[in-house]
Amino acid sequence: MQRARRDQRTGSGLVAALLLLIAGAASAQDALPVRNCTWCHGSSAQGFMFAPRLAGQRTAYIERELASFAAHARDNPLSQKYMWGAVARLDPATAQGLAVYFSSLAPEAAADGQSGLAATGKAIYDNGVAVDNVAACIACHGPNGEGVRDIPRLGGLSYVYLKRRLEQWNQGYHQSAKPMPLVAKSLSANEVEALASYLSFVQFVDVGR
Amino acid sequence: MRLPRAKTVSRAALFVLLCGAGAQAQGGKPGALPDKEFQAKFAYCRTCHGVNAQGFRGSFPMPRLAGQQPEYLKNQLTAFIERRRVNPVMGNVAHVLSPAMVEALTKAFHNLDPEPLGGAPKELVDAGKKIFEEGDPAVDLPPCASCHGPEAKGNDQIPRLAGQLNDYIIRKITNWDKERGQDVAKPDASSVMEPITHKLTPDQLAAVAAYVSTLR
Ligand code: HEC
Ligand code: HEC
Ligand code: HEC
Ligand code: HEC
Repeated sequence: MQRARRDQRTGSGLVAALLLLIAGAASAQDALPVRNCTWCHGSSAQGFMFAPRLAGQRTAYIERELASFAAHARDNPLSQKYMWGAVARLDPATAQGLAVYFSSLAPEAAADGQSGLAATGKAIYDNGVAVDNVAACIACHGPNGEGVRDIPRLGGLSYVYLKRRLEQWNQGYHQSAKPMPLVAKSLSANEVEALASYLSFVQFVDVGR
Repeated sequence: MRLPRAKTVSRAALFVLLCGAGAQAQGGKPGALPDKEFQAKFAYCRTCHGVNAQGFRGSFPMPRLAGQQPEYLKNQLTAFIERRRVNPVMGNVAHVLSPAMVEALTKAFHNLDPEPLGGAPKELVDAGKKIFEEGDPAVDLPPCASCHGPEAKGNDQIPRLAGQLNDYIIRKITNWDKERGQDVAKPDASSVMEPITHKLTPDQLAAVAAYVSTLR
């Protein structure tokens, strides 16, 4: 009885995996210019060099960021140099297709932060620091850094990328990304280190796209 | 008869508030709150509650504070501190606020008047209006308007519901017994709402929440 149920589950898991593979392969190679993205973002979109992981990111968030690159609203130097060109000739339908595709890939945690800072980072993430007006990230990004709707998944993004993002709002870039410029303003350098370290270790929790 | 009186009262309240704001702007009073400190805290609250305090949908809904009754806000902030009302996020936020800061923040939030955030199912609004104004006599459900006011603007410790996020309202009413009035030794205004939260069916709740969320 136990055994049969387990087999059944493995069976349906396999079917789902096959379906995903077929769907992935078809949309990846035929219709969508995935290769135009993965040569920077890594062949399985897990992130590479300066380019962040796209795998498992929320569909609505990816779509909005692509639009903000196109509108030159996300304007930090790396975005200007790499992403403005990459989206210049992307039509909305293709952008949406790419967003759906990348969000469907299972993400891996970069785990490249300082593990000694992870506990401090988690405390700030969960509770904020009320005396210093640091907001609890959990209120918007969720208990496992999974995000919701168009609020991005943060869990497992690379330490280097997260640190840079949190610093750039204070340098005056991408002020339209509300409410993050305001949130980032109250973060000290140490808090940024701790948050980016913690988040880089957070494992994938599947909550849909 | 009741309506004009309510209006006079709220005009008087507004007048007092305006005088209060004037005095604050002049500053220099001993023990006055430094403006910079106030602005930083006010901005901090609005990272979560929305730029104009119209509410925000994060991983869970964060309520509208704009236009809310100062006495209600004060009582809720105290309730978070005293754990009469439990919420992990707001407990930490509230316990560091000085009385002067609470005073200034509640006035500032009361004076904001942005458009409702919206997002509720429109087809429920008419049914919700009926419940709000008439209740459900068959089960002794009183009209919400009898306490929250005909325009859902609230009064004193009774909260404004106009423009509140519908999903926030649904969650609060559904979890009332687990979140509000948690200190048996210190009963509070939450006990007034409690029996009503038990009487509302899920359909009635969804409808009335949709209705008030559209009110300006
Ligand atoms: C030439 C290299 C390059 C190419 C090609 C490229 N990207 Fe990027 N992408 C980057 C870099 C670098 C960043 C980080 C920008 C920053 O730090 O703000 C980025 C950021 C992004 C982000 C923001 C992610 C986040 O978490 O906020 C998205 C979404 C994205 N790229 C999607 C795409 C898509 C879709 C394509 C293909 C159409 C693509 N990129 C092609 C280099 C590239
Ligand atoms: C009130 C809601 C809210 C709170 C609180 C909040 N965030 Fe955000 N965060 C957002 C939204 C919305 C975005 C998307 C902004 C955009 O690009 O338009 C975002 C984006 C981000 C990004 C960019 C992710 C990427 O892929 O590039 C990072 C990093 C981030 N937030 C970190 C944090 C941290 C750390 C905290 C806590 C100190 C925090 N956030 C608190 C709403 C919030
Ligand atoms: C990190 C996000 C966050 C920050 C920052 C924040 N709040 Fe909240 N607030 C919430 C959430 C979430 C709730 C809903 C709590 C619940 O569901 O019971 C809430 C609820 C409230 C309530 C109860 C409202 C009602 O209608 O009953 C008040 C009052 C309040 N907050 C005031 C403030 C004030 C004042 C500040 C700034 C000092 C502030 N909040 C900062 C997230 C936040
Ligand atoms: C007898 C008076 C009374 C009636 C009738 C009444 N309420 Fe209330 N309600 C209150 C009081 C008092 C509070 C404040 C409770 C507290 O301080 O915790 C409240 C609080 C609430 C809250 C919480 C608001 C927030 O921001 O968290 C909601 C939602 C609410 N009422 C909805 C309703 C609805 C819907 C009805 C009609 C079905 C209704 N009320 C009828 C007195 C009443």
